[in-house]
Amino acid sequence: MIAQTPPSPESASVAAERPYYPNTSWRYGLDRLFVIAIWSAIAIAIAALGLLLFDILLDGLPTLSSQFLQGFPSRSAERAGVYPALLGTIWVMLVVMFVSFPLGVGAGIYLEEFAEDNLFTRLVEININNLAGVPSIIYGLLGLFLFVRLLAPITGGRTVLSGGLTLALLILPVIIVATREALRAVPDSLRQGGYALGATRWQVIWEQVFPIALPGILTGTILGLSRAIGETAPLIVVGAVAYISFVPEGLQSAFTVLPIQIFSWASRPQQPFHAIAASGIIVLMIVLLLMNGAAIYLRNRFQKERL
Amino acid sequence: MDSNTPLPNGTSEVVLRAKKLNVYYGSNRAVRDVDLDISENTVVAFIGPSGCGKSTVLRCFNRMNDLIAAARVEGSITFRDDDIYAPNVDAVELRSRIGMVFQRPNPFPKSIYENIAFGARINGYKGNMDELVEQSLRKAALWDEVKDKLKQSGLALSGGQQQRLCIARAIAISPEVILMDEPCSALDPISTLKVEELIQELKQQYTIIIVTHNMQQASRVSDHTAFYNAEATEKGNKIGYLVEYDRTEVIFQNPAQQKTQEYISGRFG
Ligand SMILES: Nc1ncnc2c1ncn2[C@@H]1O[C@H](COP(=O)(O)OP(=O)(O)O)[C@@H](O)[C@H]1O
Ligand SMILES: [Mg+2]
Repeated sequence: MIAQTPPSPESASVAAERPYYPNTSWRYGLDRLFVIAIWSAIAIAIAALGLLLFDILLDGLPTLSSQFLQGFPSRSAERAGVYPALLGTIWVMLVVMFVSFPLGVGAGIYLEEFAEDNLFTRLVEININNLAGVPSIIYGLLGLFLFVRLLAPITGGRTVLSGGLTLALLILPVIIVATREALRAVPDSLRQGGYALGATRWQVIWEQVFPIALPGILTGTILGLSRAIGETAPLIVVGAVAYISFVPEGLQSAFTVLPIQIFSWASRPQQPFHAIAASGIIVLMIVLLLMNGAAIYLRNRFQKERL
Repeated sequence: MDSNTPLPNGTSEVVLRAKKLNVYYGSNRAVRDVDLDISENTVVAFIGPSGCGKSTVLRCFNRMNDLIAAARVEGSITFRDDDIYAPNVDAVELRSRIGMVFQRPNPFPKSIYENIAFGARINGYKGNMDELVEQSLRKAALWDEVKDKLKQSGLALSGGQQQRLCIARAIAISPEVILMDEPCSALDPISTLKVEELIQELKQQYTIIIVTHNMQQASRVSDHTAFYNAEATEKGNKIGYLVEYDRTEVIFQNPAQQKTQEYISGRFG
């Protein structure tokens, strides 16, 4: 209605009577309030993290030496080292990575792009979402039964392989869900563009959809791996032992991991062990940073390639 | 009933023929009893009000409806006398012979070059890729605008350029038919004009079906025009059907059907 009459000097005064009350000062106030709220949230989170880091560096740095990195567990805190646990963590995380990434991404692709929407897939979907919330100790029990006992001929019992597979199961739901979310975010128009050129389903997924989803998938994988590297409970159930005087030499070696070693030191009454527990935490954080750094580097590379 | 008989056309060969085409989405029938012949090297415009099934019919020709789980097609469509819904027909192969351009430009988030090369590569193109990319872009009247930035993202182009890139991508695999679903509806008038000129060019080599809401566009670019309409059923949903199909001049100057006359003169729709 307004568009049909050209604006005239009177229409300005008419505009004042429009039934709208923009109340911008109130809305801008709300804006500022929101900014303050999120800044405080960030500040609190970072302060807590900083305090924690500071505390640990203070406790742990003095005892963080090359001898500590290369040493084996010992009855005396001065001679104790983190070497077997460090290698154990690396071994276990390699297993976790090589198992959970292809399996999780594969399952996610299948569920999102291939599976028909029927009762079965919906059941699977609900279960996967629920599995993401199952306490990790339950996975430990599953790992104990499945990998340590049932598949003992393959895994060799309480070994790196059993531990890695257990953790891989633990983070599988995270990776599957992240993969599906990432695939779902790829606009359908791209799939149609691919199909309209005579691409097969696999070509559309592999060449058009997957590269775009990959950064999101890697983000989910980072989250999953970060969770796995800090897990203690399931590995204790599966049979990682804290006192180990050799380094794992293969998938079928007995092993321990950093969190278990840290836990065992921290739970001793003597103060010197608390200090080396802090040193262990620093080592764990460095491994975590390296791992995530690699994943983030990969993600950024793919994002750049996408143009 | 309506005069939805296939267009009688003496000389040129029929490329696509729909017979008693019915399309359902779930239990809803969206389109009923479409009979239509498309002859070689013509431009056919599909016009009609929104929701009357133009896109639905168009998607039947390259079996893009297969990708919609709820969609079901009855009747027959033949492509050079072969039933494209026969069990032994490979929809993937069919789509490489019947290309499609969509309403919203949908270039791949890759380089301009790669946008063109993708279709050629997956279809096993063995020739010189650089040449093919150049040729396709030239045919799509885009070469001069992008020849210095083939490595840049297709998404960095303007909407009109993106749509011509999509057309270039479609013709790079030498289809026999190109289906265009409102290819200009997201474009400005200048880009629209360019695409229209392009369609005129492409007509020499390809058979084109174009859905459009723009009457002038239909009368400018097409040889034949099919007018669709929808009518409400007792159940409350609408069923689209082909009202009239004839040479474009006839549809716009002397339509046989009252409905067509009303639509083209802007009295409804
Ligand atoms: N993917 C779909 N799922 C269900 N119904 C659809 C789908 N696409 C189109 N329809 C229905 O089919 C009818 C025809 O739609 P469409 O072919 O898009 O019409 P047009 O292109 O002429 O505007 C509409 O009633 C629409 O709601
Ligand atoms: Mg449409």
